[in-house]
Amino acid sequence: MPSIILRIAARTLTPTLFVAALILLFRGHNAPGGGFIGGLLAAAAVTLYAMANGPSSARQLIRVTPRTLMAIGLGIAFLSGVPSLFLELPYMSGQWVTLRLPFVDALPIGTALVFDIGIFIAVIGFVLTIFFALTEAEEEEVR
Amino acid sequence: MLLLTSIGILLLVAAIAPLLVRVFRSASGWVLALVPLSLFAGGIGTLQMLSGTEAILEQWTWVPSLGIALSFRLDGLSLLFSLLITGIGGMIVIYSGGYLRGTPKLGRFYAYLFLFMAAMLGLVLADNLIGLFVFWELTSISSYLLIGFYNEKDESRRSALQALLVTGAGGLALLAGIILIGTIAGSYEISYLLSNATDVRQSPLYPAALLLMLVGAFTKSAQVPFHFWLPGAMAAPAPVSAYLHSATMVKAGVYLLARLAPVMGCCGEWHYLVMLAGSVTMFVGAVMAVVQTDLKRLLAYSTVSALGTLVLLLGIGTELSVKAAMVFLLVHSLYKGALFMIAGTIEQKTGSRDVRQLGGLLKILPLTGAAALLAALSMTGFPPLLGFISKELMYEAQMQAPAAAPLILVLGVIANALTITVAIIVGIRPFLFARDRRPAELRIPAPAMWIGPLLMGLGGLLFGLFPGLISNILIEPAVQAVRAEQVDVDLKLWHGINPVFLLSMVTVALGLVFFFFRRKGRSLVAQLRLPGGVTPSGMYQSAVDALPGVSAAVTRVVQSGNLRGYLMIVILAFLVLVLRALLAVPEWPAMPSLAGVTFHEYGIVLLILAATVMVLVVRARIAAIAGLGVVGLGIALLFIMYSAPDLAITQILIETLTVVIFVLAVSRLPRLRKRSPVRTRMRDALIAVMAGLAVTLLSLLAVGVQLFPKISRYYADHSLSDAFGRNVVNVILVDFRALDTLGEVTVLAVAAIGVFALLKLRLNGREKV
Repeated sequence: MPSIILRIAARTLTPTLFVAALILLFRGHNAPGGGFIGGLLAAAAVTLYAMANGPSSARQLIRVTPRTLMAIGLGIAFLSGVPSLFLELPYMSGQWVTLRLPFVDALPIGTALVFDIGIFIAVIGFVLTIFFALTEAEEEEVR
Repeated sequence: MLLLTSIGILLLVAAIAPLLVRVFRSASGWVLALVPLSLFAGGIGTLQMLSGTEAILEQWTWVPSLGIALSFRLDGLSLLFSLLITGIGGMIVIYSGGYLRGTPKLGRFYAYLFLFMAAMLGLVLADNLIGLFVFWELTSISSYLLIGFYNEKDESRRSALQALLVTGAGGLALLAGIILIGTIAGSYEISYLLSNATDVRQSPLYPAALLLMLVGAFTKSAQVPFHFWLPGAMAAPAPVSAYLHSATMVKAGVYLLARLAPVMGCCGEWHYLVMLAGSVTMFVGAVMAVVQTDLKRLLAYSTVSALGTLVLLLGIGTELSVKAAMVFLLVHSLYKGALFMIAGTIEQKTGSRDVRQLGGLLKILPLTGAAALLAALSMTGFPPLLGFISKELMYEAQMQAPAAAPLILVLGVIANALTITVAIIVGIRPFLFARDRRPAELRIPAPAMWIGPLLMGLGGLLFGLFPGLISNILIEPAVQAVRAEQVDVDLKLWHGINPVFLLSMVTVALGLVFFFFRRKGRSLVAQLRLPGGVTPSGMYQSAVDALPGVSAAVTRVVQSGNLRGYLMIVILAFLVLVLRALLAVPEWPAMPSLAGVTFHEYGIVLLILAATVMVLVVRARIAAIAGLGVVGLGIALLFIMYSAPDLAITQILIETLTVVIFVLAVSRLPRLRKRSPVRTRMRDALIAVMAGLAVTLLSLLAVGVQLFPKISRYYADHSLSDAFGRNVVNVILVDFRALDTLGEVTVLAVAAIGVFALLKLRLNGREKV
């Protein structure tokens, strides 16, 4: 059984890290960060949770299997390049709309963000696929 | 639209054939035959439109960046082939309905057959060489499926694979030849090549292109030494042998030679190579044919001989020889297609294909017998059948051979005489003679099984009696397409008593002599049999047998399973390539000055070095991994100092996760008991130091080299304006080079699945134990 310190720490650290990962993802376009880095951090958060509470509860935390996450992420990233095809531009030409909400600055939103979200999800999936495969293999061996 | 639609209709029918068979059941042969027959009628309708050297052209863009168009061309040559494909195709479809009646796989059979028909039609209609190649390969694939139709039989599968490998290898050669031709001429369009033939002929690449193209044509048309797959293909159902392996597909090579004759066929190389292959095949095929006792193998070898004759005539390449080739093409397809179907009927009704056991069948199979006699007479070149006209033309043409004309004529006479013998053995003797071997009772074949052969046999008679029916509207445009000039074709049945007629008589006499001495011939050839290792089929077999061993040996060396071995190979390969390039550097930049390096930078570097030494010295794996983690974090610190925050964050996260994953993986490895011997460690150290040195030198050099204006400046300038981002690194990743990122992440996903599969598979393996 992992130490109680680790479990208590994980209880607060995992959501914090995950929020930090999201911040890294969304601010990535203008400041250090982005989908890849955010994805790695989010995966690290889940990894921490798994080390504290065991991989099966970590699996429950993310609900879908990591391989599904990879597929979803890759799918989103792939689809983000499609809209430009309808404008007869090459695949994956960035498309932007400017979001004008009250009280905040005009915010350009583009397919690049969609792409980055896809990368974010795919990276989580790929780190966790390997991580779970290794930890669960270990468990089965112990059994 | 006309030509593309025709091919499209056939493909559509191929797709829905199983469904149609379920609806129409035993009548499906008759129903399905309407498709090729109406295309045939349409082809007849265009006969009048094609006068002179005109052609109907159609074009759609396909891959414009590679100069590949979906273009079609209907001229005299392709029309002649199209009529054979659709006309005989219709007969075959009807016949198959009777031959394969009640087979549960009939729907699948028709699907394959129509797929082949579409491919073959596309092949002869294609105006783009790449398009032609695609259809060419499609005929090979559908032929594979059809030969292996009785897929529960080992022999069928082996023969199908043999045919596929031989014609597929030839197809690769053809592709190379086509690309060479395209490179020389700057276009893959046959229409363009026809009008710019001299460019191709005068190119230094011409001999190579010609040779490759010929290998493709010769494998497809079963020329010696690639002929052996054709007798093997007799494992196919009879309608397939009749259609693919006598009337149409094996003539694809002949078609290619005829098609490209105006482009490539000029010079000595063409004449000698094509004539050599053709005459040898013509002779060898005929000799091999008469000594067979199996009906279908007799016909198969005689088809090899006929294909040789066609190739020979095209190699001679005079106006007369092309005329002879076109007439013989038609005659042969008619009689050989019919005889193959008849052989199938005989086999099915009597249960035997051995000519020694067959006799007196005319009384029981009158209509099949009539068809057989007509076909056999046309094959012997007996007047007044079309075969007679064809043989006279053939002899006249052989006299015109640019080299060795007397020899070729002698070979031609012998081959024709042997062909007569085959015709007697296959088409006449089982029906008229040897009545004592008549089987006691016999089921009467359905009309579907004799109507096709009978019509084709009658065709040989009709066109022989009235050659005017075909000479001007069918043969003439075809000859014009091959010669690429105006030609008058006027076929006549009777030429009077001249040398050629005398040769014909000699041939018939010789054929009869050969017939009476056929048993002697069989035993003679049995004694002469070459040892398996030197025959082409034996060599093919040993090559195929050797393949698993060779690939196992290669795998043993390349995939040793030793991870350190793989790493060493990768690093050594990198070293060799980089060092070779580094040695060629003319002027080395000066070492950068160390004056500006601050105290804490020295500290980080020292930390990295110390961690590295620790990794090398410690014995526990966990400690080594922790040491590597320190190295990684040290490098991350350097990134931060040189203001690369994105890289630093990535590096830190990766290091963290790597350590976690490493620890997980290492806990599963056995403890390190002892170290490798000193010599191995010295070798590894040497390689490592060299690699480090190479990378250092490379980075030193890379800083000084500027091949292009800096691309990073472009990204920095356009990042905010074009992509609304201030973080250039991220903008490059998700916008400017997003496709690269997508590719990289896909690779990561594949790697993750690989890791997953490796771990899980291993576990499953252990669970079983």
